[in-house]
Amino acid sequence: MMAVVTVAIAVRRNLFAVVILGGIYSFLMATVLVALDAVDVAMTEASVGAGISTVLFLSALFLAKSEEMKPLHKPFLPLVVAVATGAVLAYGTLGLPAFSDPNAPIHQHVAPRYIQEGERETGVPNIVTAVLASYRGYDTLGETTVVFTAGVGVIALLRRLRQRTRGDKR
Amino acid sequence: MKDYLVLRVIAKLMIAFMLLFALYVQFHGDFGPGGGFQAGVISAAAIIFYAIIYGLPAARAVVPDWLVETMVGAGVLLYAGVGVVGLLLGGNYLDYFVLGHDPVHGQHRGIFWVEMGVLITVAGVMLKIFYLFAGRAEGGER
Amino acid sequence: MTIAGHFSYWITIFIAIAGLYIVIARGNLVKKLVGLSIFQTSVYLLYIAPGKLIGGTAPIIAQQFQLYSNPLPHVLILTAIVVGVATLALGLALVVRIKEAYGSIEEDEILEQDESLSSEPR
Repeated sequence: MMAVVTVAIAVRRNLFAVVILGGIYSFLMATVLVALDAVDVAMTEASVGAGISTVLFLSALFLAKSEEMKPLHKPFLPLVVAVATGAVLAYGTLGLPAFSDPNAPIHQHVAPRYIQEGERETGVPNIVTAVLASYRGYDTLGETTVVFTAGVGVIALLRRLRQRTRGDKR
Repeated sequence: MKDYLVLRVIAKLMIAFMLLFALYVQFHGDFGPGGGFQAGVISAAAIIFYAIIYGLPAARAVVPDWLVETMVGAGVLLYAGVGVVGLLLGGNYLDYFVLGHDPVHGQHRGIFWVEMGVLITVAGVMLKIFYLFAGRAEGGER
Repeated sequence: MTIAGHFSYWITIFIAIAGLYIVIARGNLVKKLVGLSIFQTSVYLLYIAPGKLIGGTAPIIAQQFQLYSNPLPHVLILTAIVVGVATLALGLALVVRIKEAYGSIEEDEILEQDESLSSEPR
């Protein structure tokens, strides 16, 4: 399913269709994330990926034109580069632990402590919230600042000309 | 979109529930999936929905620009302020244990206010970005 | 080292190379941003998939469950998604400004305009 949608995104030249396919892709990704037990992440992906970013893409397409040009270059070189990268990555996975291996390093280090002590120390049953806001509060402060900075950047980029055109009208 | 009666009525019905759901996600985030990031995005999506159906000026009348811009900064300040309050009460920066009379209570308080800061910033930034894109589109049309 | 054991990685890699291909091969700036967000979702999978334990449940503590999936990647990716959409908005804002400055969002046309500008004697 996701492979079909991904290939369709790569092939379609009408950007409007591409953006809507991107929304479908995000919902599929959210279902995959639910299957992987990441309910918080799935919720975020569904609301952000399928909701907000589709709206943003559409409003940007309204400002730019929505039909893509026929590519001038031959697509073979990028394809070769991408497939070669993928082959190297696939070779790299041979050294990684298998799916759902309880002895993998990721399950050994800090996660058991969060799961065992998290509710007693913070009184919050949802460990994701506890880790997000309490154990890794600095991280989240940084992320909030990044969101803030991006917002300020968009304001700086898009505000000035709008006021100038309005000034021209008057 | 002003002529579609069905859309307008349904939107009016749904936006209240979307905002309610955002608040539920925010305050129930301790016990179920959810938290400040999701709630901020959902509440911003409710306002964006309103703006798409009823037009940008109507949305700007409900949530004016100065409020959105204040939200963008206020959330980060609230988050950082929680850390400073922890410092003033004798703990470390972003240390919630000193916020309440017992550590677990303090953690609850700290997480609540931190999530509040995240909600305010995320909702403000998403709305502001949409306003800017949409405002530019309308300016180009005229 | 079985096929089933590494299948999740290979899905991740397929999504990654699809995103990479779109970013390299397509000249349209909006299409490039779509490719970048697809690449980004492959990173989500790369983080989340190893944290899953078969038979485990979502990391919300309850009496009747003993085995939980790893909550740490969820936290990291949760914030990454929101930051991702914020930076995506920044990229789209840049695209809009480029469109206004050059009248096009195709990389080739923009490069042509740049070259014709720089080859003109001042």
